[in-house]
Amino acid sequence: MQDTKRNVKIRVRNLSKVFGKHPKKALEMRDQGLNRSEIFDKTGQTLGLSNVNFDVYEGELLVIMGLSGSGKSTLIRCLNRLIEPSEGEIVIDDEDITTLGDKALRESRRRHFSMVFQNFALFPHRTVRQNTEFGLEIRGIDKAKRAEIAANALKQVGLDGWEDAYPSQLSGGMQQRVGLARALANDATVLLMDEAFSALDPLIRGDMQEELQELQSRMQKTTVFITHDLDEALNIADRIILLKDGEIVQIGTPEDILTNPADDYVKRFVEGVDMSRILTAEHAMRKVRAVARDTDGPRTTLRKMHENNIDSIYVTRRDRTLQGLAEVDAVIKAADEGKDTIEGTLTQDFRTVGPDEPLQNLFSMFSEKSFPIAVVDADKRLLGVVVKGAVLDQLAQAQAGENE
Amino acid sequence: MAIDIPRIPLGDWIENGLNWLTTEYSNVTRGIADVTVASIDWLNDVLMWLPPGVLLVIIAGLCWWIANYRLAIGAAAGLALIWNMGLWIPMIETLTLVVIATLVAVVIALPVGIAAALSERLYKLIMPILDFMQTMPAFVYLIPAIPFFGIGSMSAIFATVIFSMPPAIRFTTLGIRQVPGELIEAADSYGATRTQKLFKVQLPMSLPTVMAGINQTIMLALSMVVIAAMIGASGLGSEVWRAIQRLRPGDGFEAGIAVVILAMLLDRLTQSLRKKRKE
Repeated sequence: MQDTKRNVKIRVRNLSKVFGKHPKKALEMRDQGLNRSEIFDKTGQTLGLSNVNFDVYEGELLVIMGLSGSGKSTLIRCLNRLIEPSEGEIVIDDEDITTLGDKALRESRRRHFSMVFQNFALFPHRTVRQNTEFGLEIRGIDKAKRAEIAANALKQVGLDGWEDAYPSQLSGGMQQRVGLARALANDATVLLMDEAFSALDPLIRGDMQEELQELQSRMQKTTVFITHDLDEALNIADRIILLKDGEIVQIGTPEDILTNPADDYVKRFVEGVDMSRILTAEHAMRKVRAVARDTDGPRTTLRKMHENNIDSIYVTRRDRTLQGLAEVDAVIKAADEGKDTIEGTLTQDFRTVGPDEPLQNLFSMFSEKSFPIAVVDADKRLLGVVVKGAVLDQLAQAQAGENE
Repeated sequence: MAIDIPRIPLGDWIENGLNWLTTEYSNVTRGIADVTVASIDWLNDVLMWLPPGVLLVIIAGLCWWIANYRLAIGAAAGLALIWNMGLWIPMIETLTLVVIATLVAVVIALPVGIAAALSERLYKLIMPILDFMQTMPAFVYLIPAIPFFGIGSMSAIFATVIFSMPPAIRFTTLGIRQVPGELIEAADSYGATRTQKLFKVQLPMSLPTVMAGINQTIMLALSMVVIAAMIGASGLGSEVWRAIQRLRPGDGFEAGIAVVILAMLLDRLTQSLRKKRKE
């Protein structure tokens, strides 16, 4: 998993963008050490992006975060050259996009990029289906094939049955689902999402974030997601790039950003999240959906796992003292060998914490293992489990609460 | 002390220019004229071949289909009144001129409007020309029309096209320019070519505005066609013209009312067409 993630999909090097008529001059001044506002005062030109370097890995969900004016919209538009970069290179699958002519650029856009927009950018004169088919139509794919792919994409975003409606007949959330379906139908290699959920109300937004994560884990589509919202970034990102005044301040996982802010700017940004020192495992813990008893047979255990759709299960005694963790492979093996109980198959290769453990400390525990962390009391009785998402959710909520 | 500033012979230049055009391009103008006159005659023949009653029912039915029963009833009543006043034939002649002039105007205006919307340079060039075309008193167009095309319906069409074309160009340009930037970005981001962008996004989205422009063009064409009676275009205008010359206000108003009925009918019909498209 880690290895496939390291395949670089897009390589961005020395990317800069100057808004103005003489970008060379502004870039020279930048090289002489002048800052953004000095360059603006002297030349009237805006340094939108300056010397941006980063990689997008195959299959990851990369969030580019920054406040308005930080250059994040410019950055995402440089990737598919909706905005022309002033210098630097953007290499996708060994092809430098910045050097392409019109025709090659169109081809590259068709092959590589599907974009989802903040205000949906649906075509009002086209039905939901026709909107979804747009990318395919542009590529000249025949009608029957188009309809089939579009129907499939609409199904994935939960809009089957709405094919013949017009965008104006849909709610904001549904419109953005159409936007997403249009992008998915196109089946380009990279999904660009420009503040895609920012125009939605918080409830719908949460749903969409969840769905995006779900889609992403299923399809492993390389995604670049722009947002100004830290909660959103923490919630969905594999990695976050923090942008300020057109420059990258920090690149890292949500955990990195929270625990090791690169400078004061990032620190201020994530200040609210410092609530994590006060929040403990108990806050993020949830009741265990299913436990197995140490006396259970392998088949009973398998059924419990199957019913709850999990592939590992905590095993306790009658008094709920934690005995270990049963993994599905081991249990199947035990069943094949005709064992009576699962006792011998248990693993101790998981983390346990007390209910008072600060959430901060839980981040690092998730890094390798995907098992939920078990929360136990002083007598080793299982109180609940903490999953990765819950930690971030708690932190995000605490941050939102503080901002109010 | 009188300062003697020589008069700039602007009028002479224009006349020389027009003369040159008439002599050099008479073949072209003759060709255009022949085609146009033929189509006018053909449309006139068809509309006059139909008995008034039948045409009335057809038009009323069209109104019902495109708009609603109220417009259908109004149209039937209005046309019946025109028929009753004995102005049916002039009304048909006027209608024919309006239809042909509008067609020609739209055929020229659409591509010009599109080009002006897509090219900033062309936009800056065309807008003052449109201002000129629209503010120049309409009668003035009648004068050069005569050396080009002689007295009659062809000259009327020529003047009418020039006079009525600007709104169609303007609205087309406006409609295309009004398409939100985000939608253009969306089309670009999916790799649309210029042509795909134009036909799949810009034109369909500007259609309601373009239709509003065409509606304006029709209205202007109608007013000009009436004025064109002065250079011998037959129709309701010449009825008015005759009434003026004979000082018969009654006849004048009757022909005038027929023009009003025709105008309202065309206006409501094209507006309903626009709304229908929207649905």
